[in-house]
Amino acid sequence: MRSYLAITDRELKSYFVSPIAYIVIALFVLITGIFFYLIISNFVELSFRYTMQAQYYRMAAPKLNVNSMAIRPLMHNMSLFALFWLPLLTMRLIAEEKKMGTIELLFTSPIRTTELVLAKFTASTTVFVAMLTLTFLYMVSLFFFGNPELGPILTGYLGLLLIGMSYIAFGLFFSSITDNQIIAAVATFAFILFFWSIGWMSGFVGPGLGSFLEKISLINHFDDFAKGVIDLGNVVYYLSVTFFGIFLSYLALESKKWRL
Amino acid sequence: MIEVKNLTRYYGQKPAIQDVTFNVEKGEVLGFLGPNAAGKTTTMRILTCYMPATDGTAKVAGFDVFEQSMEVRRRIGYLPENPPLYREMTVEGYLRFVGKIKGVDSRDLKRRVDEVMDRTNITNVRKSIIGKLSKGYRQRVGLAQALVHDPEVLILDEPTVGLDPKQIIDVRKLIKELGGDHTVILSTHILPEVSQTCSRVVIINEGRVVAEDTPENLTRRLQGNEKIYLEVEGPAEAVENQLKGLSVVSMVQREKEHDGRVAFVVESIPNEDIRKDLAKTIVQNGWGLFELRPVGMSLEEVFLRLTTKEEEVSYS
Repeated sequence: MRSYLAITDRELKSYFVSPIAYIVIALFVLITGIFFYLIISNFVELSFRYTMQAQYYRMAAPKLNVNSMAIRPLMHNMSLFALFWLPLLTMRLIAEEKKMGTIELLFTSPIRTTELVLAKFTASTTVFVAMLTLTFLYMVSLFFFGNPELGPILTGYLGLLLIGMSYIAFGLFFSSITDNQIIAAVATFAFILFFWSIGWMSGFVGPGLGSFLEKISLINHFDDFAKGVIDLGNVVYYLSVTFFGIFLSYLALESKKWRL
Repeated sequence: MIEVKNLTRYYGQKPAIQDVTFNVEKGEVLGFLGPNAAGKTTTMRILTCYMPATDGTAKVAGFDVFEQSMEVRRRIGYLPENPPLYREMTVEGYLRFVGKIKGVDSRDLKRRVDEVMDRTNITNVRKSIIGKLSKGYRQRVGLAQALVHDPEVLILDEPTVGLDPKQIIDVRKLIKELGGDHTVILSTHILPEVSQTCSRVVIINEGRVVAEDTPENLTRRLQGNEKIYLEVEGPAEAVENQLKGLSVVSMVQREKEHDGRVAFVVESIPNEDIRKDLAKTIVQNGWGLFELRPVGMSLEEVFLRLTTKEEEVSYS
């Protein structure tokens, strides 16, 4: 447990002594901000136009829902940004230790591989939580100018956290099978994108396999969260994917100790 | 304290070490001597549980490195060839981190870190970023890292590489002091380093142990009583007596006899090439000379390589 805390702590600090974390966080928040601005402006314009039309026809103005028309698409955008951004956070986790030789220190210290893997995962997840928290300020600003529902925003963030954890788990895995950070990032990105979009193939492969592909697709489980629904199945799905990625990382590292 | 038995490790088809066997007693400083790529690092990596052996066993403090690796790791301080440093950390922060993952009690942590910084002479750079330090300082931070949890066993892979002559002397002195309380294995390809720091030497070449002795004995052997294998056709007794009569010969040993030929191993007095004298004696007596060749060259070769390497390092 102490090693777990020590490694998490060191990992987090090393994120923040280098510019990587700042750049990744700042640009994520910036890009999300730009999309937030565009979507909200669009929404405002639309509701303005509807109100004008309603007045012209002397009808009651329609009530547009900011949650489903602005926040939900923004959540989807953010889940995609995370896909682009998180491999950059995870690529260094193990690959850099291998490159710098510090893995030799870790592997010859009385640390269990589980502790090491979980510590690395926790550090990246913490940075991701920081990223999400900062974007939450955009949502807060909505409460000053309108009255969005808080519930769907919170479930949306829960969904983002869960999908991000699955990205991180696989980023950790690809980082633990190479000592090259670029390879780790690219492999993570390609792999996640593949699993993200695998559901789209369902139309071409027949009903049996098709529905299976839809079920394992990373994004198909996300929409419920964006809509404001916490489906236990979806939660279990993301947690399983996360666990699987962490478990593969564990195997990749543990096998070093007995593989010839 | 350390028992290594028939240790073998292959990389693919290529053996890195074969049948390596040696023991280290508690408090001993063992020099692990060999040219580059002889298998020193591989052996050390197996002892520190970094990689498994293909065959054979190794025990540290009574614990098997493979079966009970956690126990072994707790008791070992290891300085790899490239010190495992986090370049972005400060010296002190790094040592605290290593202390924590090595299981140093949090109440002792500060004291231990201060102590090892003091011992390795790096207290003046405690707040510096490791990446900005010189090679010599980094090497000493690496050494401090190996010491921070006060391990029973220290395994140091070429600890003096990259240090300047004064630092080399300091580090050797430190290692010598560490022996006694700690059991130390130290690898090097520099011969004088072992004679200054070690109580015993294992010489490894091309993955095999070729000699194991105290530095004094090895130095004596190194100073070159050359051994010659000799096969002569003639009366065994007479030949032996003749050879013994030569002033440059220190020892004659009769090996085997067949078809009227006798084999001898002849040892010269130090620093003398006796082949010429041997041949002359035999021919003058009218015996037949069938074979004459130096033996034990592999060891000689190792020494030769080691002593050639030594030129690179200056001593004051």
